[in-house]
Amino acid sequence: MGTKKDVDDRFKKFGTVSFTSISKINDFISHLEEGKVMTTKCTECGFVFFPPRADCSHCLSSSMEWNEITGTGKLVTFSTLQFAPVGFEDDLPYSIALLDYGDYKVFGRIAGDVPDDEIKIGMEMTTAVNTLSNGQLNYVFQKA
Amino acid sequence: MGKVAIIGVGQSTFVRKYPGSIKELAFEGFREAMNDAQATAKNIDASIVCSAPEYDKQRSPAGVFAEYLGLNPQPTFYVESLCSSSSTGLRLAYSMVKSGLHDMIAVVGFQKMSEITSAESQERMGRGADIQWESPFGTMMPAYYAMYARAHMEKYGTKPEDLAAIRVKAATYGQINEKAVYRKPVTMEMFSDPENIMGRPVASPLRVGDACANADGSSCLIVASEEKAKEFSKKPVWILGLGAATTTVNLAGRDLFSGLTAARQAGEQAYKMAGVTPKDIDVAEVHDCFTIAEMMAYENLGFAEPGGGKELIQSKETYKEGSIPVNVDGGLLSKGHPIGATGGSQIRTIVHQLRDEAGDIQVKNPEIGLIHNIGGVGLYGNVTILGR
Repeated sequence: MGTKKDVDDRFKKFGTVSFTSISKINDFISHLEEGKVMTTKCTECGFVFFPPRADCSHCLSSSMEWNEITGTGKLVTFSTLQFAPVGFEDDLPYSIALLDYGDYKVFGRIAGDVPDDEIKIGMEMTTAVNTLSNGQLNYVFQKA
Repeated sequence: MGKVAIIGVGQSTFVRKYPGSIKELAFEGFREAMNDAQATAKNIDASIVCSAPEYDKQRSPAGVFAEYLGLNPQPTFYVESLCSSSSTGLRLAYSMVKSGLHDMIAVVGFQKMSEITSAESQERMGRGADIQWESPFGTMMPAYYAMYARAHMEKYGTKPEDLAAIRVKAATYGQINEKAVYRKPVTMEMFSDPENIMGRPVASPLRVGDACANADGSSCLIVASEEKAKEFSKKPVWILGLGAATTTVNLAGRDLFSGLTAARQAGEQAYKMAGVTPKDIDVAEVHDCFTIAEMMAYENLGFAEPGGGKELIQSKETYKEGSIPVNVDGGLLSKGHPIGATGGSQIRTIVHQLRDEAGDIQVKNPEIGLIHNIGGVGLYGNVTILGR
């Protein structure tokens, strides 16, 4: 009898509630633990992906390299929630948002310490790793 | 190849909690459509069942329905495209009839949203997007459409009151639709009254009154070849144009946030196939799961220029007496939105209009009608053009 094989379920650490545990891009979580939010880039055709992907939909290659998201993106749009799905109630109120980095966009949350009246479409923001109160990891947008 | 027609339409009353099983619910829409078509089960040579399966306890409802509706041994097929499932069903029925493989098909849409508990429903709502990359942030349908509303307001100066005006219109007609789940009037004042639930924020800038009513319901369309249509129906309604498109699930993959690209592309396809333009449309049903969705539909379908939707509603041009009546059956906002049944219900309204059988909501002498049915947050777009 062989020993029980370890299951790579790192993705279960992503977000307040994760709905996925096993994915070929689980290294994303290890990068988060190191304080980095990463994209993948196809080494064959050069296309950059966020969210990261294991497989390139342009040239069908599965050869990817990781690159860190740096600099600022522009706030495309956002919404502040007063109601939440099951499992997210303790986070209320929170804002979900989209940031445009030019080559790709990032969907996530606005950092809880950014006052509502300072959130404006078009503002420059950065993406940073965040540890949630339940120990889970995600990333948030902060004022640049 | 001959034309393809809709010769029978039906729907159940849309209710909060249907007091029966899913097959009994489906039977209600099916019976009305079969009576309308004056057809019997042996005339139907295939069925297509449409719903969002995450609300069902029953696995593979299509087979269960085929038995309950008396449609054995004819084949049955199950299709799903979230809230646009039954207009996807119509597209498939059209293709199956047009190919000559079948000549009369029942397209049965249903959803019994109360089949699962409210907590289970809330949990599923959280998974209505990209579960790997979006849901872990705590997303919900209202919040996604709110992001579109915010972008629309920023780009075009649209106001919350412009959106509320769409809700007021919907309620005007929901009150007189006996099959609607929400039969009460809604006024602009209700949105500004802090004591009233309508103005309570859900996901800024959208409020309770901007969201459609959940409901249980079923719908059914009987789709027939030209030959069968002429044999069975005095007033067949012809399928003139069909458009269907998709876009990325994750908002990060999209470029437009003041409109839905899949809706616009589906509209262009349908107009081209039918050989008509937006000006030729006499009456329309659009997917108003939220008020902002109807506003964007005006613009994506060419009833207004981009940004011109607010003038269209404020001038009441989308009321029954206006130049382009939209959702004069109460829409999803008041009639209710039983996901898999919605497209079929929208199509039923337009078929009634084109047959001059719409009663109190009848638009004057319409010849061409349009149905815009969206799945997810603009993920799936279906546009159907019908003519008499």
